[in-house]
Amino acid sequence: MKPLSRLRVSGLSGLGLLLAGLVYLWLYLPIMLLVMNSFNASKYGHSWQGFSWKWYEKLWGNSALIEAFTNSLTIASLAATGATLLGALLALSLHRYRFRLRKLSSGLVFVVLMSPDIVLAITFLIVFMALGIQLGFWSLLIAHITFCLPFVVITLYAQLRSFDPYLFEAAQDLGAPESAIFTRIVLPMLRPAIAASWLLSFTLSLDDVIISSFVTGPGYEILPIRVFSMVKVGVSPEVNVLATLLILISLVLVCLVPWLLKRKA
Amino acid sequence: MSEASAVVQLSSVTKRFEQQEVLREFSLSIHDGEFFTILGPSGCGKTTILRLIAGFEHADSGQVIIDGTDVSTLGAEKRSVNTVFQSYALFPHLTVFENVAFGLRMARVARTEIESRVKEVLEMVQLGDFAQRRPEQLSGGQRQRVAIARAVVNRPKVLLLDESLSALDYQLRLKMQSELKHLQRQLGITFVYVTHDQEEALSMSDRILVMHQGQPQQVGTPRQIYESPRNLFVASFIGETNVLNAKILRALDDYRYEAELEGRYQRIIHADRRYQPGDDVHVLLRPEDLRIEYLRDAGDKPGFVGEVKDRNYTGRTLDSIIELPDGLQLRSSEFFDEDDPDFDYSINERVWVDWVHGWEHVIPAENLNR
Ligand SMILES: Nc1ncnc2c1ncn2[C@@H]1O[C@H](COP(=O)(O)OP(=O)(O)OP(=O)(O)O)[C@@H](O)[C@H]1O
Ligand SMILES: [Mg+2]
Repeated sequence: MKPLSRLRVSGLSGLGLLLAGLVYLWLYLPIMLLVMNSFNASKYGHSWQGFSWKWYEKLWGNSALIEAFTNSLTIASLAATGATLLGALLALSLHRYRFRLRKLSSGLVFVVLMSPDIVLAITFLIVFMALGIQLGFWSLLIAHITFCLPFVVITLYAQLRSFDPYLFEAAQDLGAPESAIFTRIVLPMLRPAIAASWLLSFTLSLDDVIISSFVTGPGYEILPIRVFSMVKVGVSPEVNVLATLLILISLVLVCLVPWLLKRKA
Repeated sequence: MSEASAVVQLSSVTKRFEQQEVLREFSLSIHDGEFFTILGPSGCGKTTILRLIAGFEHADSGQVIIDGTDVSTLGAEKRSVNTVFQSYALFPHLTVFENVAFGLRMARVARTEIESRVKEVLEMVQLGDFAQRRPEQLSGGQRQRVAIARAVVNRPKVLLLDESLSALDYQLRLKMQSELKHLQRQLGITFVYVTHDQEEALSMSDRILVMHQGQPQQVGTPRQIYESPRNLFVASFIGETNVLNAKILRALDDYRYEAELEGRYQRIIHADRRYQPGDDVHVLLRPEDLRIEYLRDAGDKPGFVGEVKDRNYTGRTLDSIIELPDGLQLRSSEFFDEDDPDFDYSINERVWVDWVHGWEHVIPAENLNR
């Protein structure tokens, strides 16, 4: 009886392994091809023509693309920081105070979350025009902070809700004033979620094409838009290189998160 | 006891949550150094009392006085009491040492002193080797001890414990009960303990307050509460009780009365206060106050005759239910007699029952739809 059931289990897990393998292949094969092609001497990538750094050199020489890239990183990190700060404040006050508008304000967060990008984009555009804000760096930053905000609020609020409410009372009971409860209990316990929110916002911002294309001006070009206009005339090897670099960045971030969290703990 | 020895005093405290009045004109006085237990069924307001003392809730009217000072308007962080939470509420991101040190750090105690006091307290609760662990790496009983250590390290005037043992399994709970009691004697701190477990209350407390629906029912030593309950609620909440309705017929002397029980049995009862002929009373009999005999042995001694409806051997006692002819059921609990191992009754056997005279407890009748 026992060996049979074990056999069945191992058969099942064998099948599971195979399925998982296929899924990963499906997910990562295109990426692997893309990375390989970034080192491919051939311009069209239909065949392997030998290893080469030349597309990297070419990218390095493409100052417009490099500038768009740094612009993107700047916007993403600023937007992530702004959204995390504002979102943390909002989540904390949603959690802390039972103000009457709590339902309403958490509802509003969801509205922003659920709105299609195109609707948000048009809304931003209308608001910026009405306020007379020049399209460019600031409009882009404000827009990015805004669309990242709901994700931050939801992540942090969920985390706060998961804490034992008696923890805060226990701290108070042990003589901690409001400020110490915040710095010694809430903040350290929230740190992983804050890091996660920042990274999420960073990625969302780096990814965004639709909203950005509406609210940015000719003076401030960011990567996704630049790339988008480049690929309209065919995928150039430089785009492969860019994508490879982006993958590298996300890999580093993915590895950084657990390391950050563990170092604190 | 004089007011001066009261370390915690609530006077005429009223507390409302929205429309619901949880406590009304509630007063309480807890003596310095005692193990005081608040006992009552769920929702009677035990936790609310504790939270009023701790400072997590504030009374709508009335005063909270701790150690002679009116603290009614002070927040929890400014009161010299500490709480052991039911969920322990240990800080998950801090080590055991840092959890225990938290209160001292808040009080800006010198580092070397923190070091030595935390160590001392951890030794006391037998967690000396666990200082660098995190709460999640501890067992339930160990977490419980950390929670206690974290509170007592601050040398509070009063330690508040809300159902602190109810999350533990039975064996561990018994062990922690005696440890708590021991700790309380050792530290000399006043403990205010909340529970709905009457056995726990009886075995640990110096004094017990029995609560029901926001109203204090009785305050007294475990013995007073058990042997002389003031009303039916206390009598039935603490242990098992047989309640007989009776009418006083005449007084024999100050404390002995002839009474008619359940409208048909004339018996002599002992009361601890005066009644007038015609007064309605309840005669309370604990199961262990009853004596059962075989009919043939009893002869025609005065007593009740009833049928055994159920019997249950618990190891130490033989518990029976005897039904009297009018349908009234009496619960009895007799110690198992080693010398007479055959001693047992068969179901439906008619037996003679009486109580040990003088052990009954008489209280004024309450309107009760039984
Ligand atoms: N924050 C609150 N808001 C509204 N009602 C409350 C609040 N806290 C307690 N109550 C109500 O007050 C009453 C007493 O509650 P309390 O928690 O003091 O009971 P308890 O005796 O501790 O019960 P348990 O044994 O179940 O813990 C209950 O009816 C409860 O619903
Ligand atoms: Mg309670």
